[in-house]
Amino acid sequence: MERSLMKGNEALAEAAIRAGCKCFFGYPITPQTELSAYMAKRMHKAGGVFLQAESEIAAINMVLGAASTGVRAMTSSSSPGVSLKSEGISYLAGSDVPALIINVQRGGPGLGGIQPSQADYWQATRAMGHGDFHVLVFAPCSVQEMVDMVVKAFDTADKYRIPAMILADGLLGQMMEPVSFPEINPDSVDKSSWAACGHGNKREHHVINSLYLQANELEDKVNERFKRYEIIKENETDAELYLTDDCDILVCAYGASARIVKSAVNSAREAGIKAGMFRPKTLWPFPVKELNKACKNASELLCVEMSKGQMIDDVKLAINCSKPVSFFGRTGGVIPTPVEVLEQIKKIGGKI
Amino acid sequence: MTTEILLAGFGGQGVLFAGKVLAYCGLMDSKKLSWLPSYGPEMRGGTANCSVCISDEPIGSPLVLTPDILIAMNGPSYDKFINSVKSGGKAFIDSTLVDAKSDRTDIDCFYIPSTEIADGNDLKGGSNMVLLGKLIKETGIFNYDTIQKAIEKVVPASKMHLIENNLKAIKLGMNY
Repeated sequence: MERSLMKGNEALAEAAIRAGCKCFFGYPITPQTELSAYMAKRMHKAGGVFLQAESEIAAINMVLGAASTGVRAMTSSSSPGVSLKSEGISYLAGSDVPALIINVQRGGPGLGGIQPSQADYWQATRAMGHGDFHVLVFAPCSVQEMVDMVVKAFDTADKYRIPAMILADGLLGQMMEPVSFPEINPDSVDKSSWAACGHGNKREHHVINSLYLQANELEDKVNERFKRYEIIKENETDAELYLTDDCDILVCAYGASARIVKSAVNSAREAGIKAGMFRPKTLWPFPVKELNKACKNASELLCVEMSKGQMIDDVKLAINCSKPVSFFGRTGGVIPTPVEVLEQIKKIGGKI
Repeated sequence: MTTEILLAGFGGQGVLFAGKVLAYCGLMDSKKLSWLPSYGPEMRGGTANCSVCISDEPIGSPLVLTPDILIAMNGPSYDKFINSVKSGGKAFIDSTLVDAKSDRTDIDCFYIPSTEIADGNDLKGGSNMVLLGKLIKETGIFNYDTIQKAIEKVVPASKMHLIENNLKAIKLGMNY
């Protein structure tokens, strides 16, 4: 397979086109803009639609409209722009419409900064909009994984009729790495049972809607959705376990942080400290079983994030607070260094 | 082993382009590699820099803080990064634009009047490639054939005439 060199943002776009995405709606924002620019250049040649909307809110609602017809549709943005999309994402979830949203995170809150960050973990996994719902959240840590996860996200979203998000960050979006595109067959999920794709007077029309004024009816809807969530939790978790079989200290990190942690874990091993790494590839559903397996022999966990500590909540919940979990993070766009993480590992190692 | 390279200079000097050439060299030689540009406010008028990692193993953090190899194309970049070079590392400095000389004895500093060389050979803007030529000669990280293939890959088809100029500048650097 031929390797080419691509920026993460461009690889996300190319992968989406290859995965059969036919509609892209977006609004530029650093550090995600190359994704929109790539789509502007390529999408029409691939027989799809690229449209730069007048705002992020318009873009997500265009996604809702397009995806309602059963085509693969997506939008992308960075943190402040994703906040603007949250209403539309809630509508997607409430209407059971699958679509892809990409967040190339930057520092916040507010306009924040434009450097890489992981401070939107809570937003992505807890509160991607109002109401009782979840979106699938994938967390790539390399340009190749960005490609693979776009395909996976579209397929899984279609399978369960649920919006999916790729939670990346400015570092992954801006960096170039070798990447290869596997032969992609866009999953041919049959959407004819629900999509509003024209009926030619041959069947009842399909209604895409998230409004249910009867409380019982809405409760039934939400309950049905949560049954689906249980199936997703059972079947769709994914994680990387690195040197976890014999580890004393398990370091948990996702996305770009995990790259830094892996370097630190390798250095710790060289220094005789039995460290390992747990890297969730899906943040929702969180890989609970995988984490419990990874920390079986560990006496302490360390969570490393580019935030003030958000994923650490899921780590504690997943192990039911059965072991001590400490935290190290940098925020505001500052990227932690392998040396800093190694110091934390050594500190914990000294106690054990 | 991972070789960490930091390239720094003014926006417009071709810092990111030179980094891309190195990254493509890694691709040509089937190495693991990463290329990370600065994309903050500094690239709008101030110093631009880019991190390139070349390795046989998977690359952890793509951000280079303590380079094995530094290319410094202007004074502010030299001042900012010269002391971050790893002991035993190498620095390649455009001495047309950087007056300072480092007193570090634990690294090899190469002062090349690369802007002057490029301008004198009718290769305006080729300072980056002159430095790159010197870099591959002194470090042996890639050979000329690899860099030739890389440049052919990086230069867009619409600017084919630039390939020759870039290669000429590389050779000038190698022979300096």
